[in-house]
Amino acid sequence: MADLSLDFCGIRSPNPFWLASGPPTNSGDQVARAFEAGWGGAVWKTIGEPIVNVSSRYGGLDLGTARMAGFNNVELITDRPMEVNFREITEVKKRFPDRAVIASLMVESKRAAWHDVVARSQDAGADGIELNFGCPHGMSERGMGAAVGQVPEYCGRITGWAKERAKIPVIVKLTPNVTDIVRPARAAAAAGADALSLINTVNSLIGVDLDTLAPLPTVRGQGSHGGYCGPAVKPIALHMVSTVCGDREIRVPVSAIGGIATWRDAAEFIALGAASLQVCTAVMHHGFRIVEDMIDGLSAYLDEKGLTLASLRGKAAKNVRRWEELDLNYRVVAAIDHRRCIGCQLCYVACNDGAHQAIGLRPWAELGIEGPAPASMTGAGVPVIIEDACVGCNLCSLVCPVPGCIRMEDRSGTADRKSFLDYQAAGETPRAAGQRQRKTGEG
Amino acid sequence: MAQSTTAAAPALHPVPGWRAGPFAELAGPVEGAELVGEVNRCLYCHDAPCTRACPTGIDVPAFIRKLATGNRRGAARVILEANILGASCARVCPTEVLCEGACVHLLDQGRPIPIGRLQRTATDWALARGCLPFGPGKATGRRVAVVGAGPAGLACAAELARLGESVTMYDARERPGGLSTHGMAEYKMTADLALREVEWVTGLGVELKLGQRIGEEPAWGTLLAAHDALFLAVGLPRAVALGVPGETLPGVRQALDFIEELKLDPARAKRAAGRRVVVVGGGNTAVDAATQAKRLGAERVTVVYRRGLGEMPAFRYEIDLLRGDGCELRLETMPVRIEGRRRVERIVCQRAELGGPGPDGRRVPRAVPGTDLAIEADLVIAALGQRLDEGALAGIPGLAFANGRVVVDAATRRTGNPKVWAGGDCVNGGAEAVHAVADGREAARSIHAALSEA
Ligand SMILES: Cc1cc2nc3c(=O)[nH]c(=O)nc-3n(C[C@H](O)[C@H](O)[C@H](O)COP(=O)(O)OP(=O)(O)OC[C@H]3O[C@@H](n4cnc5c(N)ncnc54)[C@H](O)[C@@H]3O)c2cc1C
Ligand SMILES: Cc1cc2nc3c(=O)[nH]c(=O)nc-3n(C[C@H](O)[C@H](O)[C@H](O)COP(=O)(O)O)c2cc1C
Ligand code: SF4
Repeated sequence: MADLSLDFCGIRSPNPFWLASGPPTNSGDQVARAFEAGWGGAVWKTIGEPIVNVSSRYGGLDLGTARMAGFNNVELITDRPMEVNFREITEVKKRFPDRAVIASLMVESKRAAWHDVVARSQDAGADGIELNFGCPHGMSERGMGAAVGQVPEYCGRITGWAKERAKIPVIVKLTPNVTDIVRPARAAAAAGADALSLINTVNSLIGVDLDTLAPLPTVRGQGSHGGYCGPAVKPIALHMVSTVCGDREIRVPVSAIGGIATWRDAAEFIALGAASLQVCTAVMHHGFRIVEDMIDGLSAYLDEKGLTLASLRGKAAKNVRRWEELDLNYRVVAAIDHRRCIGCQLCYVACNDGAHQAIGLRPWAELGIEGPAPASMTGAGVPVIIEDACVGCNLCSLVCPVPGCIRMEDRSGTADRKSFLDYQAAGETPRAAGQRQRKTGEG
Repeated sequence: MAQSTTAAAPALHPVPGWRAGPFAELAGPVEGAELVGEVNRCLYCHDAPCTRACPTGIDVPAFIRKLATGNRRGAARVILEANILGASCARVCPTEVLCEGACVHLLDQGRPIPIGRLQRTATDWALARGCLPFGPGKATGRRVAVVGAGPAGLACAAELARLGESVTMYDARERPGGLSTHGMAEYKMTADLALREVEWVTGLGVELKLGQRIGEEPAWGTLLAAHDALFLAVGLPRAVALGVPGETLPGVRQALDFIEELKLDPARAKRAAGRRVVVVGGGNTAVDAATQAKRLGAERVTVVYRRGLGEMPAFRYEIDLLRGDGCELRLETMPVRIEGRRRVERIVCQRAELGGPGPDGRRVPRAVPGTDLAIEADLVIAALGQRLDEGALAGIPGLAFANGRVVVDAATRRTGNPKVWAGGDCVNGGAEAVHAVADGREAARSIHAALSEA
């Protein structure tokens, strides 16, 4: 088993999997059960002046049979008194001294208020502090959360206040509801943040009830915009995390958040440069127990690849480039494995209607495959790739329901790279080579 | 997670030894698009009914989630830690009445998750690697004897080794595995697979001594004196005789002998295959014998059972398989004699009349005179069940028997002799391999706890 232990800007934990601030970290009892299940750390549900929540407060986006592919909430910070939260932090930390307990904080934008809550967090025994500059609803209207995170100057100022008092590491949690994530990230880092975490939830309105014509989730016939999270936001989070990790001015470690549900998700964030991972929605969906496979699967993967947690970190970052640096000489075409093909023709219709008319239909007998045609391929024919019309866009392989049936094969014919930048430097204009333009895909 | 299993595209038919022909395995693993569909259809239930229905308590949702995340090593580990014979159980377990019979999707979709076949997908990982995803425990210096290298003995030995006990496993036969090697229908599982599982167990450091019938040589007392504890997993070695005239004629065989020959010496079994076969009995063994006789090429296979369809001990889907294979089923019919000059030529049966309930609560059948029915046969297979050989265990002081079973404490599997634990068929009177595995593992834990206390 690979060693997964972690030192994150001085915060130690036996593995990089932390609960993100949210309902799973509402109480000491929950955090203790999470630690029993194996979680390496927990960021406490954001502590501040207790609020009153609405009911109901969550909405889910279902995709086919997949429930909660996206998740949206209009919940605020903790509704429990500060002293109760701090007392439970002390108790949990005593029971689990090897786990990371991080106090997430949000108070009004006043220096004294921040000094006070930072001091109380460290007195309670927290290993670190996370400043919640991200909540996109309810708190931002009161000048907190995203209202801070969206203005780099405020971000820097409040980070500075926290750092004036903090003896433990300060993590700044960023909102994704900005045009350029680098600006608030740099501001926080410049003000002394020991680490950054991202993303908080994305502004969203998850649906409308077509009977009552009220937005979802509904509060007596009305609704409000909320924060979006869960598997659906992972690509947004991956991009923002990789941007922040790749920024030259930002030298602090990053805790990745957003749509992490499996060890695979985690490994991707680590490969892009994240040091720790935080999870909220996946635990709300399946419970604390999911961490077992996250630990087990990540160790198996690292063992299999001969990597360590540290050597995986950022290993994919150098491959993340600007578009104009990508190799225009590289050319792939689709290849269908007809022994796997089930004859659904999804690739055919997708390519013809939605891409480049590079898939035709041929009778089974013409393909030279041994044996009779399967029933689903006797009538209309079998999809075949028309190579010189194929632009290598991937669409057919993405719509194909059979794993491994459509692969993209290299037809570059040269190992030389030539990017858009190379063309520009040579004073040339790139031209598509060898692609026959076709009107239809009938082959 | 819908996309996650596409990362490593599996081969289309990746099963080693998946052969064509009548003895080809009935069901293969779940791979490709079916795998993506099924692992994502699993709800990952909490306190899952499938896990509760598994005698070895395999954490089914956990291993399916691991398949969904592409963590096959972890999936195999979850299964094999709970059930060292997880690969064979994936093939031979009556999942319809165990895990799959408890699946919540029977209620909302009428179709359970194919847990047995998914278990196969996961354990195939370990078979392909040729190793277990865990090793033996830290040595305690104690010695435990396991008598019988069938599923119960193997499971006990493996768990003891994982707990650090030093184990010697004895078996009277030349080949280990018990009925796993010698008895499972060939279209469910091959002897080769059973032997590979035995290698996993010996790979944990368990010493295997074959061809040693304990009680004869060495004696029970000798073995008991040389070990700190003993696990008894001798199965049910005695076949029940037909008890009708003519049963000693050549061509009358016991089902287990017939099946064993077919599995271990298929060429010879083919030569001796009957053209017209009559199987006597109504249990799963009778079904296995009949379907395999048919697959060997018999023209006509008749199963003769003395009670009604509803009283057949065989599982419903086994009876469906029997019918699907074109075997004939004669109910409420019992044999009265077997006839033939040099070898069997026919079996004469009479209609059975079902009287009042017997000691086991089931109706007692009686032959009705004057209803003779002769069935031509060149092979008669007796499948009336197996019995314990109490005499062979007489050398173990303190051992008690009831209803032809070794008596144990239900929680610990400890017998009347404080040094002896027992499990598997010899204790439950003949159940499934998975029950034997559960017994063996629980007994190992109890042995380890008892020895650690002492
Ligand atoms: C025909 C048939 C088909 C079956 N099909 C299935 C199936 O499809 N699925 C399923 O789950 N179960 C099936 N079973 C049941 C399953 O095989 C048994 O429940 C299981 O094998 C019991 O394991 P065991 O270890 O208790 O006994 P066994 O497997 O019988 O092993 C006992 C071992 O002890 C040895 N032994 C006995 N006496 C001594 C001695 N004195 N000294 C040393 N060694 C000794 C024997 O040689 C044998 O190897 C089937 C059984 C039969 C008979
Ligand atoms: C119901 C709910 C409540 C949340 N409350 C907080 C909070 O109090 N403080 C905070 O920093 N983030 C909060 N979050 C945001 C999460 O910590 C996390 O940043 C976000 O959900 C993305 O991660 P995920 O996709 O794993 O859920 C909340 C999220 C949800 C779904
Ligand atoms: S999840 Fe719990 S708190 Fe939420 S609506 Fe259901 S019962 Fe109520």
